[in-house]
Amino acid sequence: MSLAETENGALLQEKKDTIIELQGLRKIYQVPGGEVTALNGIDLSIKRGDIYGIIGMSGAGKSTLIRCINRLDTPTDGKILINGRNVLEMNRGELLAMRRRVCMIFQQFNLLMQKTVARNVRYPMEIAGVPRARANERVTELLKIVGLESKANAYPVQLSGGQKQRVAIARALASDPEVLLCDEATSALDPMTTQSILTLLQDINKRMGITIVVITHEMAVIRQICTRVAIIDGGTIVEEGPVDDVFVHTKSAAGKRLFGIIKSEEDDSAAPDVPALRIVFDGGKQNQPIISDLVRKCDVDVNILSADMKRVGGKSFGQMLIELPENMEDRAKIITYLQGQGLTVKEVLSE
Amino acid sequence: MKNLGWWQIIWQAPYIWCKDWWGAVGNAVYAAVNWLWETLFRTTVSVKSWQILWPAFGDTLYMSIVSTIVAYILGLLLGIVLSVTRKNGIRPMRTLNAVLGVIINFMRSIPFLILLAMLFPITKDVVGKKSGTVAVVFPLIMSAFPYVARMVEGSLNEVDGGVLEAAQAMGSTTFQIIRKVLLPEALPSLINGFSICMTTILAYTAMASAAAGGGLGSVAITYGLNQNRYDIMYAASIMLVVLVQIITITGTVLNRKKDHRLR
Ligand SMILES: Nc1ncnc2c1ncn2[C@@H]1O[C@H](COP(=O)(O)OP(=O)(O)OP(=O)(O)O)[C@@H](O)[C@H]1O
Ligand SMILES: [Mg+2]
Repeated sequence: MSLAETENGALLQEKKDTIIELQGLRKIYQVPGGEVTALNGIDLSIKRGDIYGIIGMSGAGKSTLIRCINRLDTPTDGKILINGRNVLEMNRGELLAMRRRVCMIFQQFNLLMQKTVARNVRYPMEIAGVPRARANERVTELLKIVGLESKANAYPVQLSGGQKQRVAIARALASDPEVLLCDEATSALDPMTTQSILTLLQDINKRMGITIVVITHEMAVIRQICTRVAIIDGGTIVEEGPVDDVFVHTKSAAGKRLFGIIKSEEDDSAAPDVPALRIVFDGGKQNQPIISDLVRKCDVDVNILSADMKRVGGKSFGQMLIELPENMEDRAKIITYLQGQGLTVKEVLSE
Repeated sequence: MKNLGWWQIIWQAPYIWCKDWWGAVGNAVYAAVNWLWETLFRTTVSVKSWQILWPAFGDTLYMSIVSTIVAYILGLLLGIVLSVTRKNGIRPMRTLNAVLGVIINFMRSIPFLILLAMLFPITKDVVGKKSGTVAVVFPLIMSAFPYVARMVEGSLNEVDGGVLEAAQAMGSTTFQIIRKVLLPEALPSLINGFSICMTTILAYTAMASAAAGGGLGSVAITYGLNQNRYDIMYAASIMLVVLVQIITITGTVLNRKKDHRLR
């Protein structure tokens, strides 16, 4: 293989890495007596294999954005590239083919109410002309993946919300998509069911390498499964990056409003009445029992005064307030040890 | 058949064919009904009355069944176009939708009897004669199909927009959505519409006498109103009522059976 070819291959590989790219996307709705700017210049790039979260308040433009991606809605301006092809320049045949590669699930499930679970899952294969026998085999497989083999002949009305969403997921997977778009897929479900659906999505992403775009207004959803997140507000992306980064170093007002979890040091709760130490966890130390290590290594007692911690993608974020011992030597030992572990610490003195 | 165009033959032939065996069926049914009457009421059914009522019953069935089927097919196609091309439909086409809407509203606003008269010349061309049972089928269809179109449109518009959107998002063609989503999802409602349409047409057949058509309605009018033969009038009316009941009940039962949202 010549060098040129290798380079070419590498180039292709790099190009292939981005599966969805939005450039200057704008959507203006004409309404009686004026217009609504739902999207105001969105630039976004989603990598293959990511679980990409888009979070925003109600009316921020999330649904409009995701509906533009598979062209259920036509943007006023901008470019949508899927695998480098501009969706807006596709003819009808190409558009239909694209939609079979980019599937979607919805908040309201949108199953065919007059068809059985199996027929619902078979639908995408029926319209794609997959032979009946093979389609039926695949239906069984898909129902197994989502854990609903026993419900093949049930009608949607006989299922719970979580089960309906599982059918919707199986149906979306039936055409072997590269991308799965989820518009508030868990918003109609209770917390437990939400968990199980999110786990299923994560599993699908890992096992099949399907890129997933998750639209939500719930931070918990992003925190649990997403690798990257974009915060959308008033039709623009105000912040974007890996979930950890965006979560810890939230810059935008919209982001702070949405998360409302990591308190800035200024508005800290009332100062403790004993000398204390604030430890800030920024995701650096994974799954390490910092406190018990501290107790063992420094041979001190540790009294935790307060803690406000979150787990994001297996990492710890937040802060903890521990009581400092009277003994100045012990204090120094604790601080040195924690700093040595790469944690940010700050003494908080009582009044 | 003298100098009839092929379409006129197509129009008249089924009726002639039906008339052939309907009489034979009538004799068998007469024996059964007579036996029933004897055991129940200790009287016989007069052969004369039977010879009036049975062909009339056949005419009514013929007119309503043929008109309903043809009107329903036309109305179904038109209703699909109306629903699909409306503003938030799966393939919006404003002008087409508006033009069809105006035409349909125009046709629906003409009372049946007036339409019947207005259509006389056209009926003559299409059917080969302007009056009689076979001829009346044409104005019946003409007056019913716009009505069916609106009813079908209503049924289809009731289908959840989210489901249609999901079908679009899966890459369905417009035709696939119509055939595999829109019609099956609306089926229970379409069945209801069909039975309503059939009973309405049945009621209209009673006016067929205005164009020398046959049928129970026309028998009731000729004998009851003009000759004081109340027995025949009541018998004809009861038969009409029973027919309407059978159609309505069948419609309701089928609707329940086909609606999988109910379990
Ligand atoms: N078909 C439409 N016609 C007119 N305006 C619209 C239409 N669809 C959306 N909008 C407007 O666009 C803006 C963004 O709407 P969108 O549905 O994308 O919000 P969202 O972020 O999905 O909100 P939610 O979380 O409530 O679903 C809103 O101001 C909305 O009123
Ligand atoms: Mg929305």
